[in-house]
Amino acid sequence: MADNVYIVGTDMIRFGRFDDLGVPEIGAEAALLALDDCGLAISDMQALYCGNLGEGMTGQKILALIGQTGIPVVNCTNACATGATAFREGWAAIKAGIHDLVLCVGVEKMPRGMLVRRPAGFEPVPPEGLIGSGTMPAVFSHVGMEHMRQYGTTFEQFAKISVKNHHHSTLNPKAMYRKETPLEMVMEAEMIAYPNTKLMCSANVDGSAAAILVSERKARELGLMDRAVKVRASALTSDPYSERNLAMPDVNSATRLAARQAYDMAGLGPDDIDLIELHDCFATAELVHYENLGLCRDGEGGRLIDAGETALGGRIPVNVSGGLLSKGHPLGATGIANIYEVATHLRGEAGARQVAGARIGMTHVVGLGTACAIHILEKA
Amino acid sequence: MKMDTYSVMDSIDARGRQGATLYTHIGDDGSAWLEGSRCAACGTVYTGARTSCGRCFARDGLESIRLGATGKLYNYTVVYRSYPHIKVPFVAAIVDLDEGGTIKGNLVGIDPDPARIPFGLPVRVIFRGAEEAIGEQGEGFVAHFFVPASEGEA
Repeated sequence: MADNVYIVGTDMIRFGRFDDLGVPEIGAEAALLALDDCGLAISDMQALYCGNLGEGMTGQKILALIGQTGIPVVNCTNACATGATAFREGWAAIKAGIHDLVLCVGVEKMPRGMLVRRPAGFEPVPPEGLIGSGTMPAVFSHVGMEHMRQYGTTFEQFAKISVKNHHHSTLNPKAMYRKETPLEMVMEAEMIAYPNTKLMCSANVDGSAAAILVSERKARELGLMDRAVKVRASALTSDPYSERNLAMPDVNSATRLAARQAYDMAGLGPDDIDLIELHDCFATAELVHYENLGLCRDGEGGRLIDAGETALGGRIPVNVSGGLLSKGHPLGATGIANIYEVATHLRGEAGARQVAGARIGMTHVVGLGTACAIHILEKA
Repeated sequence: MKMDTYSVMDSIDARGRQGATLYTHIGDDGSAWLEGSRCAACGTVYTGARTSCGRCFARDGLESIRLGATGKLYNYTVVYRSYPHIKVPFVAAIVDLDEGGTIKGNLVGIDPDPARIPFGLPVRVIFRGAEEAIGEQGEGFVAHFFVPASEGEA
């Protein structure tokens, strides 16, 4: 494939609730922040890749606010992998030589309350509560319970994930919540679906994030290599057949497949990664992804969290931003917000939560249905 | 099974009701069953009707079958928070059927306590009015539920 692809500008708004702003307004804010991060203007952009689930023609609405330059706009939806899919589409366009300077934006305003997985067909009766449960907490509790079944992982080990990520968020000024949640508080919070308590569910927030991707040739021409972050690998998978797929969404197979492809593309292994932002939509999810991404052997996820290896200062810090659990999870924005976080560490600009000496990082998201996107980034 | 007393573990007479899922079928005698498909090429069993196989990609040869009525509890969660009209807590279960296929549904007839529900529990598939789980939304429909296999056999 052709030229290397670099991130030269990236930023996100502080996640929160923005009742007085629309989706385009929130998205426009992140786009302008990312442009300012590298000193470029909307008139420099050759295409816009926009990830958003709730609105429609979101990218065009953003351009209507910040500059109607007539460039191609691609609007993407891919469940919780939406933002990362938009980013990957931008990367692919540069790799293909179609563009050499593109803007990627992820944005979401979240409805209040509980998300339910949309049934596949036209069910005669809404299946929720009748044919088991399709709420996200229940789906990801099944993920955790399967791990308990196979390896004896405990409720307490899953709860420790939440303690860790909430702690990390106290160091991140862009996180929605910045409160410590001791283990007892997490375990004694309202049980939503066993073993996930309310404090083990991702924070329901609005947000946006953006990234500007350029070809190496263009980055050098513009003199933007100083803070540039190289995209060493981009992988996107759907769920390969697995035995219980129809009854139980499978987040593991798609992640394992994407991880293998990403490591191969980068010519790297798990030991080479200095930090990871992974899809902790629920505490149970983060633990299984330790194994899916190869951070430890199968069955050792519980030991990893017990030993503090994935905490800031540990062997392989995971979700130092506070993760979806505390920074927040605005679906379409999450994938690019992860990329912003890792890029910020690689640039050495992450302040109090900086992973010391970070050179290579990984981002991972899973959208149920299923889509998995993984990117490996490296400081230029 | 004792047939002289009406047990909560028995299936209802489903005549006059509609299946709660697209794969719930009701016979003229009021009995209900779940429809599945089996791939003739690789043997994979699916819930409901299908025209091609997701595993081996065969495009024909999927035969319609009746899914089995016994299985083992592969996985579950106890759901404590759901929509307002749904009775909680309930056990959202994933069951591997003995004759092939995996289906989801509610496990009833057992204390919804994670400490007391063992993985691998043998279960039976029964059919009850959907209103028992979701109130008036379920009236006129029949749905499958799982019960521990030991229940109702005393």
